[in-house]
This record gives sequence, C-alpha cells and structure tokens, in this order.
Amino acid sequence: MKVPTFRNLARIPKPGMLTGMRVTFVTMLRTWAFNLSGGKVGLRATVNYPVVKETPVPRARGVIALDQEACTVCMLCARSCPDWCIYIEGHKELKPPTRPGGRPRARATLDRFDIDYALCMYCGICVEVCPFDALFWTPEYEYSEYDMGPMMHDMDRLQDWMKTVPAGLGAQS
Amino acid sequence: MTLGLVFWLDLGIKLVVVAAVVPLIGMVIGYGEMKLSAHMQSRVGPYFAGGRYGWAQLIADGIKFIQKEDIVPTDADRPVFKWAPALVFLGTMALLVIIPLHPSSNGIVRDLDVGIFYALAISSVSTIGVLMAGWSSANKYSMIGGLRAAGQLIAYELPLVLATVGVVIQAGTMSMQGIVQAQIVQGWPFLLTQFIGFAIFMIAALAELTRLPFDMPIAESELVMGYVTEYSGFRFLFFFLAEFTNMFSMSAIAATLFLGGYGLWGLDPSNLLSPVILFAKVGVLLFLMIWLRWTLPRLREDQLQTLAWKWLIPISIANIIVTAVLKVVV
Repeated sequence: MKVPTFRNLARIPKPGMLTGMRVTFVTMLRTWAFNLSGGKVGLRATVNYPVVKETPVPRARGVIALDQEACTVCMLCARSCPDWCIYIEGHKELKPPTRPGGRPRARATLDRFDIDYALCMYCGICVEVCPFDALFWTPEYEYSEYDMGPMMHDMDRLQDWMKTVPAGLGAQS
Repeated sequence: MTLGLVFWLDLGIKLVVVAAVVPLIGMVIGYGEMKLSAHMQSRVGPYFAGGRYGWAQLIADGIKFIQKEDIVPTDADRPVFKWAPALVFLGTMALLVIIPLHPSSNGIVRDLDVGIFYALAISSVSTIGVLMAGWSSANKYSMIGGLRAAGQLIAYELPLVLATVGVVIQAGTMSMQGIVQAQIVQGWPFLLTQFIGFAIFMIAALAELTRLPFDMPIAESELVMGYVTEYSGFRFLFFFLAEFTNMFSMSAIAATLFLGGYGLWGLDPSNLLSPVILFAKVGVLLFLMIWLRWTLPRLREDQLQTLAWKWLIPISIANIIVTAVLKVVV
C-alpha cells in the first residue's frame, strides 16, 4: 500500500476548479511574501518599473540604432520599410583624389536619417536589408514621449543609441 | 424643536452618513480587488498613489472619473439613458437598509418584519436599471448585454430566493435581526444545517452581481463592456460603485443568514465588537468572491441557463422540502 505523503496527495484526482483555486491562492501568498520580505522569500513576476529597472536580453528588439559612418545613403532600408517610417536625405560630396592628377572621389553624405517610431512596427527588415551594417537592434527601450510628433527621432539620436548595442552584436569596426 | 424639523434633521444626517459610507465601501473593496488580483497574477498592484501601498489609488480613480466628459450618444433615449445608473445605484443602496450590525435598534437602519423578503425584492430594481441602460444606449453591444443581463438576473433571482427559504423556515422569521437572534440562541450558525442553501446563495449572488464566472452581460471579449459600453465619467462610476456596494450588501446578507451575522460563539452580542465581527465575516465572503473571479473562466450563455434552471432551482426546492419536513418531524 502506498503511504500517503504530501507529494502523492497532489495526485488525488480532484475537480479542475479546485486546482485552479489552489494555484491562484498559492501565487497570491507567494507574491505577498515577496513584497513583505523585500524579495528574500517568495516569487513575483514583475518589478516596480520606474524605481527598479529590468535588464532586457541582449537581442531584445528595443530600438534601432544607426552607425552614420557606415551608411551610404543607398535607401534600401527606406524602400523596404513596410510602413515608410524612415526618412533619408543625402547629397554627393567630392573628396580629394587618392593620387595627384586623379579624379575627385565621390562620397554620399547623410543629411537626414529619421525614423518615425510612432509608425515603426519593429519588423527589423531595415536591419536585415542594410548591406553595409549601418543599422542595429539595441535593447534600449526608454524613449517614450508625451506626443506623437517627438517620436520622430533624428540621426544624432540614432547614433547615440549605437552605444547601447551589446558587445558582440555591434559594429565590427 | 418641532417634529418636522427633527425628521428632516434626522434624514439629513442619515443621507450624509450614507453618502460618505457607500463610496468608502466601494473604494475599500475596489482597492482590495485590485491588490488581491495583482497578487494572484504575481504582480505588485497599486503602488504609487498615496505614497505607500498605493492606498489612494481608488480616490485618484474617482477624481479621474469625475473629470471625464459625460457623453450621451446622439441616438440614445436621453432621459432613460441618464436615469439608468441612478436606478441601478438605488437598488444597491436600498439593500443596505436591512443589514443588522448590532442587536440594538441603532445598529440597523430599519428592522423590517419582512427583512429578507424586502432585500430580495428591492435587489430586482437594479435589473430594470440594467435593462434601461442596455436599451437606451442605441448600441448593439449594449442591447445584447442588457438582454443577457435580464435573462441572467431573472434566472438567478429564483435560486437566490429559494436558497433563503430554508433559513427562514429554520429561524421562523423573515426579520434579519430575528434570524441573527435565532442563530445566537441555538448556538450555531445556519451554515451547518443549510450548507446547500449557502452554496446556492453564493453562486446565485455571484450571478446577480454579474461577476466573473457569470459576467456574460459585460463579457469584454464579446460585448466590449455590455450594457455600460456607452457610459463614461460619473455615470460609469455609478455602475462601478453599484457593483462593489452590491458585493458588500450581498456578502452581508449571506453572512447574516448563514454565518450568524454579528454573533460569535461565547461572545455577548451586545458589545461594540459586533459590527467588527460582521465585517470580518463579510470580508471572508468578499475574499471568496474575488478569489473565484480571478480564477474561473467565463461560462457560456447556455451553460449559465442550464446551471440555474436544471441544477440550482431543483436542488434548492429539494432543500426546502427536506428542511420543512425535518422542521415538522424534529
């Protein structure tokens, strides 16, 4: 005969409703214990966000950063964007020739690279399609605004976010 | 002082007390529900409002609702639309009249001879309010929600009434004070003999409150918000308050009928602890309601009607017959 222990007590068939009630009750006590003990015992799934901040996983799709140096104004990202939230403008600059008497070198220079994060749906096609590794995902997520307008972030802001690209996932140079 | 002045002064004081107590009850229960539901889902719940534990969350919510615009849809039946929340709230407030807090006559607003009968009758008034809200909103979701609510409230009114009959037979009176006194005299609450009645009463009360296992009239995933879809601002707050106040009064009636009201074993009921004992019992029942709400999924409409007509009503009638036979025999 089996000895009734606490463990095989749980295997006694019972209505699913009681199982559910037990789960919510135990979860409640666990969360309560966590709150009272300041995290020493118990378990809680969430944190008090503005006070405590969670570290997202390195590959989290928080925001898209831009490496201005790598960008060649090829517009592939802007054209592949499903909701047209990337605005790019650029011009051609002439640089001195590499050797005396040669033709001046042409270099495409960015004037404007805005991403409208009010439109962006974080599909990441622009990151995939960029042939020069100028766009990167970063786990940065604190860029909310009180209005739709300021959600359009310019190339300097995008360049700033390059610092938040996790090591090993960023630019190779 | 003339008699007329005394009457109006008395009435005024009572009105002020009620106007202060009812929102307070609603806020305490609302806060409890927020906090408990959060813990059951492994969350923190209200946290920032008021400094510690988010205790002022419901006050902030109330102020928010008052600030909001009072919108009446163009096609709505204006007077009906505007008066529906008041009627729902009226039915809720009237229930508080017969809840005994203390054996003295000051511990109850009015000890009616037909106490429990009055409670069950007056609680149906809010059904009309709900139906008015659903009809007058000029909205399909509201309409379906209102009709569902009417069907549900009519179906569950019966088991609610029949479940209390067992207690009335045992106590030999319909007065709420009388029922509590009967339990104190015999020394045990009616829960022991009327357990089936208690279970049926609580299930039917949950359905009357249209709370979660039975919230088809609201059913967010199907009907947006049911009969309250078109309401905003203060009128929405009225529905909100009515639900929480109704929770309190239903729990208080259940505690009075089945758990011995303000009485406790070996304790003289005439001391000032009596209201505290009643509130503790009400608190246990409120916790049970909140616990069930955040655990169980919603029933289907046909399951709801099946449960009422095929199970609860026959069982409660059988309960009445057995109670009556035993009352005569024993």
